[in-house]
Amino acid sequence: MAATFFGEVVKAPCRAGTEDEEEDDEGRKETPEDREVRRQLARKREVRLLRRQTKTSLEVSLLEKYPCSKFIIAIGNNAVAFLSSFVTSSGVWEEVGCAKLWNEWCRTTDTAHLSPTEAFCVFYHLKSNPSVLLCQCSCYVAEDQQYQWLEKVFGSCPRKNLQITVLTCRHVTDYKTSESTSSLHPPFLKALKTQNFKEPPCCSLLEQPNIVHDLPAAVLSYCQVWKIPAILYLCYTDVMKLDLITVEAFKPVLSSRSLKGLVKNIPQSTEVLKKLVTTNEIQSNIYT
Amino acid sequence: MFVPYGESVPDLAGFTLLMPAVSVGNVGQLAIDLIISTLNMCKIGYFYTDCLVPMVGNNPYATSEENSTELSINAEVYSLPSKKLVALQLRSVFIKYKSKPFCEKLLSWVKSSNCAKVIILSSSHSYHRNDLQLRSTPFRYLLTPSVQKSVQNKIKSLNWEEMEKSQCIPEISDSEFCIRIPGGGITKTLYDEGCLKEIAMVILLKFVSEGDNIPDALGLVEYLNEWLQIIKPCGEDPTASALPWKMPSSWRLLFGSGLPPALF
Repeated sequence: MAATFFGEVVKAPCRAGTEDEEEDDEGRKETPEDREVRRQLARKREVRLLRRQTKTSLEVSLLEKYPCSKFIIAIGNNAVAFLSSFVTSSGVWEEVGCAKLWNEWCRTTDTAHLSPTEAFCVFYHLKSNPSVLLCQCSCYVAEDQQYQWLEKVFGSCPRKNLQITVLTCRHVTDYKTSESTSSLHPPFLKALKTQNFKEPPCCSLLEQPNIVHDLPAAVLSYCQVWKIPAILYLCYTDVMKLDLITVEAFKPVLSSRSLKGLVKNIPQSTEVLKKLVTTNEIQSNIYT
Repeated sequence: MFVPYGESVPDLAGFTLLMPAVSVGNVGQLAIDLIISTLNMCKIGYFYTDCLVPMVGNNPYATSEENSTELSINAEVYSLPSKKLVALQLRSVFIKYKSKPFCEKLLSWVKSSNCAKVIILSSSHSYHRNDLQLRSTPFRYLLTPSVQKSVQNKIKSLNWEEMEKSQCIPEISDSEFCIRIPGGGITKTLYDEGCLKEIAMVILLKFVSEGDNIPDALGLVEYLNEWLQIIKPCGEDPTASALPWKMPSSWRLLFGSGLPPALF
């Protein structure tokens, strides 16, 4: 409990996250109606993997249907823009699946008809080398959906001979350092790698006590536990919306073994990126 | 499920499992951090589960540049075979509705690994104490019926306070009395399941408030040490440093980054 300035006593939030225990107590007295509501909500929040062209669900996990040796995952709009400009625009990529999900963060309610600007989590493979898989994930995958996403994509049998690269952004206020935050110059890149990833990273490693959450953490945890070589490139930025400078901060990753060979023409890609950012700026005018 | 760090599954038969409950002030988790860090326990595996919010970071117990780049996840298992101790550290909160399934999976692993006993380090909201509790020590213990007689006798000889029962429904005067651990997270569930599944389980908790809970964690490990004697108690060795417990390097910056000099 804590007292506010006005003398009222309020329940202070508990950082151990134990507020839910009251709900768990009530859970024991859950009625059949409560159970049904919970079941329906769980069904609504289910992660489904489907082929947009045929509108059919994938019966097995994505990696079981499309085994690969290289898997590059972009999570968040800046990471997605980076891969769109530098990687997918440099080759011919074929869409192999799409993850459809709903949570409170989604802007649209109708996820059945995805237009290019609304596409959430799309998977592609390189036509000339189908063992290279790419994922563009622009939506937020909630904590109760992250493990589901992992199972739908990776399946329950961990694969060998696979290397994973994850790209994502976080706000610079999440970064802890003993120096003052005014000494930081965002955007800057940090990396986290699993035990089995032997290549030198393209930037310095993320120092303790900094940690990573959400889908990137779920992917990296899976890879660490099942001994899959994986690396996460994390861009700390002060601009979370689509931003040219933030996207360009990922450029050092182009020299990594995963991305080398997938990028043909950097100046051309930079032009593609500039167009992408400009188009988006016009669309995000709050007066239109 | 338990996934070994190396190639083989370690044999934990007869070991004592130490684990935290994610509870008020994160005291149990801080205490387990102190134990793993002080005893320099080795990572032997992961408790891979879909019940905890995912998180990753570099080695929280790093002591040098060389060992600072090992990735850690949200639930890891460490051991000290010389003292037959195994510690499970939980680093994130439960996903909604997943705390009970977690307890089931955990206790099933405890049973299958033949651990001798489980010790849960936890905490409870200090503002829920009654008048009697306010005047006594803030530490409490609870034992399941399956705890060995020798352990029960040892704990009795320490003159510790057992967790008191309180009204199940505080507002109703003729309500039954039961064990309540407000702010204790899964402590109560684990205790109930431990009783039901005949698991030897000891719960040690401290009444705390949210804030800087490092002193509470130190208090709780000292309380545990009174019984288990995992390190030499402070009083015995006059040459020992004031703080025998080693704080892990990840405890840096607990309250945020450095301050801008311009602020002053």
